[in-house]
Amino acid sequence: MREIEFDVVVKAVKDMILHCGTDLPQDTYDALEAAMEAEKSPVSKEVIRQILENANIAKDEKRPLCQDTGLAVFFVNVGEDVRIKGGLLRDAINKGTEEGYTEGYLRASTCEPFSRLNLKDTLGYNLPAIVHFDIVKGDKIDIEYAAKGGGSENVSRAKVFPPAAGKDGIVEYVKEVISDAGGNPCPPITVGVGIGGTFEKAVISSKHALFRDLETKNEDPEMDELEQRILTEINNLGIGAMGMGGTKTALAVHIESNPCHIASLPVSVNVQCHSSRHTHITI
Amino acid sequence: MATYTLTTPLTSEDTKQLVAGDTVLLNGTIFTARDAAHSRLVDLIEAGEELPFDLEGSVIYFVGPTPPKPGDPIGSAGPTTSYRMDSFSPTMLKNGSKGMIGKGKRNQAVKDACVDYDGIYFGATGGAGALLGKQIRSAEVIAYPELGPEAVRKITVEDFPVTVVNDTKGNDIYQMGREQYEVKS
Repeated sequence: MREIEFDVVVKAVKDMILHCGTDLPQDTYDALEAAMEAEKSPVSKEVIRQILENANIAKDEKRPLCQDTGLAVFFVNVGEDVRIKGGLLRDAINKGTEEGYTEGYLRASTCEPFSRLNLKDTLGYNLPAIVHFDIVKGDKIDIEYAAKGGGSENVSRAKVFPPAAGKDGIVEYVKEVISDAGGNPCPPITVGVGIGGTFEKAVISSKHALFRDLETKNEDPEMDELEQRILTEINNLGIGAMGMGGTKTALAVHIESNPCHIASLPVSVNVQCHSSRHTHITI
Repeated sequence: MATYTLTTPLTSEDTKQLVAGDTVLLNGTIFTARDAAHSRLVDLIEAGEELPFDLEGSVIYFVGPTPPKPGDPIGSAGPTTSYRMDSFSPTMLKNGSKGMIGKGKRNQAVKDACVDYDGIYFGATGGAGALLGKQIRSAEVIAYPELGPEAVRKITVEDFPVTVVNDTKGNDIYQMGREQYEVKS
């Protein structure tokens, strides 16, 4: 059984958060540059230019890209032949989150749901992190991290369709969600679509779909085709960057599909803003 | 679509010349307030009590900044989504405020209040917090420090770039822009 020191995980998590807070991932930067070139609306073009200038300032001066530095979301694959020495893995992730958000001058955004009191002085700075664990073969730990802002999360939705809804029903639903959202989730957006499984499986799949790099294609040709079809339909809505009207509302649509019950077709749509801060590390 | 440079406090003369889609570079003092602060400010107005700042001609920025790094007046400071302030904004405009800065669409009551009270809803680029934070020259918490990022701040801005979303004639750049670029199937 391989052992990893608790503090090694803490530092790895902290480093991911510090990096993502100020450095827009290259895949997102490249996709935004391409969108600026292709955008037909001069107002939306100017908005994307500001977004790219913002990314350059943030990187050069180590300032947070956005004031909404998100809730910290993790997908963690834990090998069966590895254990943490000196503490629990969840505690290490939370400690790394607290240290990263504090040292990076990132915002503490977690609060109690009804009093709305910030939890930084009680539970900890921007705690708790949202962590999804899975057990996999091997002796490594793979940690994926994304900063998930509120504006894009607030427009996300899920619904369980009857099986007859099919692909057409899914396309119409995603269009409806993005159309209603307008400029609120900070377009150009990435759209994660979770299909199948149970209700919660679809939702978690739609979140995980947002962690995929933008330059990668879906390995399933049928899903790749569906992604392209939905992307075209979304861009035809005319929402544009920050809702100003334009031809580039989404940078990409990512689908994760799962086997599901014979009676159900669960569908979830999770949206990520243009500041798609995501990364991963294998320890 | 024109570009204007304006200094706060704004007057009806300032706001009535602006058209949805125009770019404005704002200068002077503006006040930050978002969800919890708006709730408290409107409670004070309704109770007839004094506000922590003068609403007349004021511009309110919907923002909850990151903490400042040492030596900086403020951290990253881009707009938050505005619809959450829809139930409060008409009261603010009716009582003298002339502008709001946020992102995302507003309801009809806010658009009507912009027409009735010569108000403007400005959009700033969401997610451009580093760029926008750099245009803020000074910042001071003047009310509700216990709200943390949601506290009311008095900030001084220089050439702070915003776009007119809703003007005093009832125009909406989100609707106009979308109609222009929508591809009907």
